[in-house]
Amino acid sequence: MIEVKNIHKNFGDLHVLKGIDLTVKKGEVVCVIGASGSGKSTLLYCINGLEKIQKGEVFVNGVSVHAKGTDINKLRQNLGMVFQQWNSFPHLTALENVALSPRIVKKMSKKEANETAKKQLIHVGLEDKLNVYPSALSGGQQQRLAIARALAMDPEYMLFDEATSALDPELVGEVLDTMRLLAKEGMTMICVTHEMSFARDVSDRVAYFHEGVMEEIGPPEQIFGKNPKSENTKKFLTNIR
Amino acid sequence: MEQSTAVVFFTGFQLRDIWYLAEAAGRTLLISIISITVGSILGCVFGWMLYSSKWLGAMTLGLVLDAFRSVPLIIQLILFFNFFPIIGVPLDPFTAGTFVLTIYTAALVANVVRGGIEAVGIPMRRSSRSLGMSYWQDMRYVVWPIGLRAVFPAWVGVALGVMKDSSLVSVLGYVELLRASQILITRTQEPFIVLAVAGAFYFALSYPLSKFSARLEGKWQS
Ligand SMILES: Nc1ncnc2c1ncn2[C@@H]1O[C@H](COP(=O)(O)OP(=O)(O)O)[C@@H](O)[C@H]1O
Ligand SMILES: [Mg+2]
Repeated sequence: MIEVKNIHKNFGDLHVLKGIDLTVKKGEVVCVIGASGSGKSTLLYCINGLEKIQKGEVFVNGVSVHAKGTDINKLRQNLGMVFQQWNSFPHLTALENVALSPRIVKKMSKKEANETAKKQLIHVGLEDKLNVYPSALSGGQQQRLAIARALAMDPEYMLFDEATSALDPELVGEVLDTMRLLAKEGMTMICVTHEMSFARDVSDRVAYFHEGVMEEIGPPEQIFGKNPKSENTKKFLTNIR
Repeated sequence: MEQSTAVVFFTGFQLRDIWYLAEAAGRTLLISIISITVGSILGCVFGWMLYSSKWLGAMTLGLVLDAFRSVPLIIQLILFFNFFPIIGVPLDPFTAGTFVLTIYTAALVANVVRGGIEAVGIPMRRSSRSLGMSYWQDMRYVVWPIGLRAVFPAWVGVALGVMKDSSLVSVLGYVELLRASQILITRTQEPFIVLAVAGAFYFALSYPLSKFSARLEGKWQS
């Protein structure tokens, strides 16, 4: 379970998260929508400790992410993250990209790490690209590579930060399909996304962010239905249609 | 007329002079290898410090390194050579020269290294940290190989430059390749042939590095 409790985040004078509460249970898929700059990415960074928080607490399986004694590197293994930019390691082949962390972080043998990597590359449909360098992969393939790389650490949770926003339109589908597959397999996911139909299909709940506040959270029928509870949600959804 | 004069003086340049130059080239090589190796290691540490701390970069270390990069090497050499006896540690020309050349290399490499770390970029590093890598694992397995490829040509440029600049150590009286050439020129009065041989030695010293780096870059490209 991921528990976000009243977190506040400032960048200097800029108050980016203004008291966010969110609990995500095992197996749940929560999509986060909202205008650019509303603090969605920052929320994910605060959940896996890539950004510090000024107030509040985040717990992952009961362990406080921002507490002093927490082994953050260990905790992050359980929280896969996929970014808008796929950040493939350019000097490594697809297989090596995925096998690197299992090998050096989880201390697997090279053979074991390669097997894990291969399994995850097959999982995301890159079985014919094992020995290819990222420069020879399309954006969509590199993003699936990034997903495989995160999955190879065998995380319980996956955080997606606009995984398809930087892709050419024709490549969005293959990445969304991979994310749908994970959701179907029961992965617990928090997905920041602008793909509304994806959010409607896969979410158990959808959260709408507005200027650092979670204005509304509820099942997709509530958010995307005729009458979301918040006027701002309604305005946002009308504007992007 | 001209021709015959040259032939007369050419006899001044003998085979054992080539050996003399070769020995001097060995000293140039030695001073270069030490300076480039130690300077590059120090440069990595300094470059990392510059990158890690804006304060260090703007103040103290950054300023010192800037000084070493901008003051002409020949001035640094003479200053330090005369400075060491003052603080009670008189150094021979070789040690003083190597010391200054090492710090000079470190100052140049520090900047290259900082650029290399910056070239990797924050998003890439967040990716590796999100996979559970520690700061040093990210440094070792992601930042180092990616940054190295980005700035390797710049580092080779520094190394080749330092090898040539090592000739300035001759002002301290150390008989490296350039100094040896000057001595020979005085004796033989045959600057053209002596300098041509010395130039060939410099080329022979740098060529392997150029060749090796081109090979490595080729390998990285594919
Ligand atoms: N590292 C940072 N330093 C300063 N301001 C930042 C930083 N990261 C994000 N911000 C600011 O925080 C706000 C929220 O950003 P972000 O979480 O990226 O929004 P979103 O993902 O919803 O588009 C924005 O105004 C952004 O400019
Ligand atoms: Mg964002």
